[in-house]
Amino acid sequence: MNIRSYVAIACMALSSSVLCLPMASHAQAKVFRIVPQADLKFTDPIVSSNYVTRNFAMLVYDTLFARDAGGVPRPQMVDKFRYFDGGKQWSFTLRSGLQFHDGTPVTAADVVASLERWQAQDNYGRAMIAAGAQWRANDKTTFSLSMKEPFGQVLEALSKNTSLPAVIMPERLIKAAGNGAVTEVVGSGPYKFKRDEWVPGSKVVFVRNAQYVGRSEPASALAGNRAGTIDRIEWVILPDSNSAMAALKNSEVDMIEQIPPDYINPLRSDTSIKVGTTGASQGALVLNTLYPPFNNEKVRQALLHAVDQAKFTTAMGYPADLRMKYCPTFFICGAPGETAAGAEPYRGADLAKARQLLAESGYKGEKVVMMLPSDYPSINGSGLVAIQTMKDIGLKVEVQSMDWPTLVSRRTKKDKPEAGGWSAYTTLVAAQATDSPLSNFVLGAACGNTQPGWPCDKKLDELRLEWTRQTDAAKRKSALDNFQRQAYQSVLYLPLGQFSGAFAVRKTVKNIERQVGDVPMLWALDK
Amino acid sequence: MTYFLKRLLSTLPVMIVVALIVFMLIHLSPGDPAALIAGDSASAEDIARLRAQLGVDKPLWEQFVLWSGNLLHGNLGSSIFTQIPVSKLLAQRLEPTLSIALLTMALTLLFAVPLGTVAAYRAGSWVDRLIMLFAVLAFSVPVFLVGYLLIYGLAIKAQWFPTQGFVSLSEGLWPWLRSVTLPCINLALVYIALITRMTRATVIEVLSEDYIRTARAKGLGVMPVLLHALRNAAIPIVTTVGVGLSLLIGGVVVTETVFAIPGVGRLVVDAVQRHDYPVIQSVLLLSAGVYVLINLLIDLSYRFFDPRIRY
Repeated sequence: MNIRSYVAIACMALSSSVLCLPMASHAQAKVFRIVPQADLKFTDPIVSSNYVTRNFAMLVYDTLFARDAGGVPRPQMVDKFRYFDGGKQWSFTLRSGLQFHDGTPVTAADVVASLERWQAQDNYGRAMIAAGAQWRANDKTTFSLSMKEPFGQVLEALSKNTSLPAVIMPERLIKAAGNGAVTEVVGSGPYKFKRDEWVPGSKVVFVRNAQYVGRSEPASALAGNRAGTIDRIEWVILPDSNSAMAALKNSEVDMIEQIPPDYINPLRSDTSIKVGTTGASQGALVLNTLYPPFNNEKVRQALLHAVDQAKFTTAMGYPADLRMKYCPTFFICGAPGETAAGAEPYRGADLAKARQLLAESGYKGEKVVMMLPSDYPSINGSGLVAIQTMKDIGLKVEVQSMDWPTLVSRRTKKDKPEAGGWSAYTTLVAAQATDSPLSNFVLGAACGNTQPGWPCDKKLDELRLEWTRQTDAAKRKSALDNFQRQAYQSVLYLPLGQFSGAFAVRKTVKNIERQVGDVPMLWALDK
Repeated sequence: MTYFLKRLLSTLPVMIVVALIVFMLIHLSPGDPAALIAGDSASAEDIARLRAQLGVDKPLWEQFVLWSGNLLHGNLGSSIFTQIPVSKLLAQRLEPTLSIALLTMALTLLFAVPLGTVAAYRAGSWVDRLIMLFAVLAFSVPVFLVGYLLIYGLAIKAQWFPTQGFVSLSEGLWPWLRSVTLPCINLALVYIALITRMTRATVIEVLSEDYIRTARAKGLGVMPVLLHALRNAAIPIVTTVGVGLSLLIGGVVVTETVFAIPGVGRLVVDAVQRHDYPVIQSVLLLSAGVYVLINLLIDLSYRFFDPRIRY
């Protein structure tokens, strides 16, 4: 045999092995492919407040309580619970059969370790600590919470579905991580994370947790039976929107979690695709309250008088049916925290009033350093309108264009605006990050916080505390109204209008009516 | 061999300078990985704590010493974000990148060299003009536009290929080929245009040499004459092919983004956007290494085409 024969045999062997290799073993399994809103950067939901990490957490972890489609907290990992002593003492019992993905049972010790870690990071958690919250594991399955002061938001806190959800992790991993991030992903949720198949920037894979014991109640948003029917979920990272749309049209992916505003109407006209809404969001103008001119309450009020919300939401690019002309609340229209208290003076833009207030404020022509992200079309649009609005009332504006990651980094700088700091930027906030005096990304932060903008109003701090203490619904509503009245007085940030984002899904996907809000509820879907 | 070793050693100072420049550039550019990890709701306090945990709050010189020390031990470090070792991230990206680079170059050579040679042989004719028109068009139309047109025509309408994604060769030859065909065509068009023009220019020059005239006068046919000319025109063509291959291995971000190919290019861009320092540093350093190595191989290959060259 000469060398050519050897080469020929080798080539045949290689080609036949390649051609005859069986397709991946999951070929027969039900696979659901979704384009997530962003690439998964970090897996610890208590360290990263990015929504994509929260969505990841909702698949692999479970929570003690979960919000149903009406936003009401329902028991999830908890079987029974009761409270007494005016809401200062609570006791909980875990459901039987709960186990982590490594096969170990979920115990009360895991719960206490998880909640103590979560409390230190989260606004709700910190408020609970301030109210004297102490968790204690009584035995393997029961644990208790004791508070020094009444706290009317315990279930809301434990069921929160925005950033930093109170997920339950194994105690051993929390202890091993110390003050750092938990890098090993062992949850007890309906799907297991396949770390060995994770290709950052390209693919994140989950497989169904066959050991998951679902609740007997039917699935309702994040509550009820969360046992999945899809065998394998793949997050396909497609940073280019055109490519994502093409993949959806070609049935290569089943769903796009968030579609850019300019693609919404074209996709609505495609008969094979359904477009749904992802829940409400709020546009916001964040102000640096440390330095002139926005350290002056009257300047902030003046600017709010000039805001025409319809102009902002139009500039964000969403179709008319997905945006509101005006929303008077800081806490999301249509949500339980909706109130118009204190909003009346600001209904409709009043430039004359705004200019008058600015003149009364003693504004000396200090420069407003406006950070404008160039790579985020919706935020860029609202930013441009904000710049024009400021100029219209006589503020001197210097626009500094940058990409979003640079903005995120720079907004933490406490320097003066003229020395590398900043004065203002626009952003978009999901409903859950603004819908109450505790969850609101600006108003939820007490004085002494290190939130971008460094908002501080001691009256708001007192009113927030007052609101958290109320366990009676009517009194809580009254406390909320008082809180918002003061929020409209101090104007620590400017709400720029409310809109809804949209997702797109192929019509072959079943149960899509169960998708509520902005967390992709993939355990409830089928195909 | 001595020449090869000498050249290999001479790349060391280049790599050290590259390492230093890359390190300084990415650390001095604005941005903070801790702020990106912490997310929109994080406070400055949360971010500062995370910065300390990640070790990015240390002085620059300390970070450089730590990184280069690990590098000397063959440890490229781990991604700040995913905690996955950089070597693993690179290994994940190598198959798509090499698949596309090699297939693109194969397609390029298959079409560009014959087209360029024909254009040179028929210089000034309508065939030459037609080939040059194609070359100008392929070179001028933006890569992303061609990519979208290919997706629309061959993936969405004709349904011959997937619109995005990469399938490993281990899942079968046909699925792999289907997944890389469109990106390869997309990229090859540019390289075909470039190398066609390069081939045409150098072959025209060689065809006017005295020895070609002599060969023709001796009655040699068209093909032997062209092959003879091609070998003598090969050096600039091989140089361009080598540079092209280095660029393809270093990553072709636009094509990788349009077709969602998890290649080295997107790994770098994602890392730059996130300020994932260990990934950027290591990948750029390795890309520079590949570039230097391919150039060295090109230099060595000159002897094959022209035995008069001595090192």
